[in-house]
Amino acid sequence: MTEPVNVAPAMTGHVPPESPPTETVFELKDVMVTYNGKPAVREISFDIYKERITALIGPSGCGKSTLIRCLNRMNDLIPGAEVSGTILYHGEDLYGSHVDPVQARKRIGMVFQKPNPFPKSIYDNIAFGPRVLGMKGDMDEIVEQALRRGALWDEVKDRLKSNAFGMSGGQQQRLCIARCLAIEPDVILMDEPCSALDPISTGRIEDLMLELRENYSIVIVTHNMQQAARVSDRTAFFTVEVDGDDDGRVGQMVEYDDTEKIFTTPSDSRTEAYVTGKVG
Amino acid sequence: MSAHGAVIPPASPRERVKDRGFRGLIMVCTVAGIGMLGVLLYDVAADGFGELSWDFLTSFPSAFPDKAGIESPLMGTLWLMAVCAGFIVPVGVATAIYLEEYADRDRWWNRFIEVNIQNLAAVPSIVYGILGLAFLVRGPLELGRVVLAGGLTLGLLVLPVVIIASREAIRAVPPSIREGSMALGATQWQTIRKQVLPAAIPGIATGVILALSRAIGETAPLILVGAASFVAFNPESLDSAYTALPLQIFEWISRPQDEFKLLAAAGILVLLALLLSMNAVAIWLRNRYEQKW
Repeated sequence: MTEPVNVAPAMTGHVPPESPPTETVFELKDVMVTYNGKPAVREISFDIYKERITALIGPSGCGKSTLIRCLNRMNDLIPGAEVSGTILYHGEDLYGSHVDPVQARKRIGMVFQKPNPFPKSIYDNIAFGPRVLGMKGDMDEIVEQALRRGALWDEVKDRLKSNAFGMSGGQQQRLCIARCLAIEPDVILMDEPCSALDPISTGRIEDLMLELRENYSIVIVTHNMQQAARVSDRTAFFTVEVDGDDDGRVGQMVEYDDTEKIFTTPSDSRTEAYVTGKVG
Repeated sequence: MSAHGAVIPPASPRERVKDRGFRGLIMVCTVAGIGMLGVLLYDVAADGFGELSWDFLTSFPSAFPDKAGIESPLMGTLWLMAVCAGFIVPVGVATAIYLEEYADRDRWWNRFIEVNIQNLAAVPSIVYGILGLAFLVRGPLELGRVVLAGGLTLGLLVLPVVIIASREAIRAVPPSIREGSMALGATQWQTIRKQVLPAAIPGIATGVILALSRAIGETAPLILVGAASFVAFNPESLDSAYTALPLQIFEWISRPQDEFKLLAAAGILVLLALLLSMNAVAIWLRNRYEQKW
């Protein structure tokens, strides 16, 4: 018997946004990423909507992280990585010859798998971004704002000058989110932001994501299906296909839909097998 | 309850003797190394300690042992170290940044530079002396037998050490820090300048100090590039003639009178004191600012 599991609403109380999605932030068309000529993901086409949380799920090696790193051109930093196809960001070609990746990253923030605070004070961690971008305004205020939006202010307001390495893992990750908010981005990319955290810290970050959805578009890569079900509005499921030519393994997107639909009535049997836990 | 040795058999006496014997042997080796050093230090200290005085530090060399002091060689050494540091810090750190952060290892010339830096670190110091003589003192630069030429020669000698230490310090900064910085819209140079270098500075400083403490004892290249062995004045600028502590020690030891041998021992003590305090600063820096990632 293959009855679809009904995880999404029951597990979370995740409230979907009221209005249907209208504006797109990213449009991916036939995107392929190769490392030294070997494809890692290919034939990826989908739209990412504004002020929504979009989850990318799938087994290890399916290219989720590779793909999310295309969205703020972090793949440019990896020697041998090449992106083909089209990624439009608000209608503009993100890989157009006139686009400076440094400028693009100012608009498209990123939070990494392992919290990576700078070896500096909490204050300086937040202030670093605004300083290098030459943002105008009262730095104390910018820092406070970012920490408040990152749901960290009350915990750290009395020790802004102490080293960020003294914080707990969950606090460090919220610091990294706050650091990203300080440069006032438009999109926040999160590459498995909770995989190094305990369930309580994870819960706080998920709450924070739902708050941030009001003003930001969020793309999250996660290994944790429950997490995708709890927080995301849209879910893309990826899988690994063994490439016929040379046994290379290539990530491909199987299905992209409303999260609820992916977790209750997916249209592809591979998605169903994955979300019900039949295959890892 | 069973009798002793029924469950866990006792060690054979043979094994136990071998075990103890080997342990004793490696301890003897350790003590022999440290002990030799101790004897040397004791010998030097016994000869030289009596000669140490403020007068010794503040008098110029002289043909009369009871008037001779070490001021000009000491000042010469300090000048040499200053020139050397002024050269190796910018050049060494810049090279390390290039090799770690910018160089594409797929290009043959970058690999060529890397291999050669490793090789240069092993070149005997006398070869650097010849290089300094040919290119700095005479040759294209024609600096003459001056502090600048001596300091630069010592700098070339220890530059590979600084580059290697700085590269290690830069490499120890995890890539996640660079990613975090770049993801905030910082340029590569901003990332290096504001994240990577500050985190690497303790390691770089330690490397520089250790390089200088190698340079401070070098004698052979200085003989070649023309440090004089008898200088009764302090260097006043980069183009002054100079001498240095190891040269002065060498000069005193080669004199026939016994009194000068005592002075040499005292000079060695001064040199050792400088060297050990530099190393102490390096160790302190490393312990104080070392970043645990």
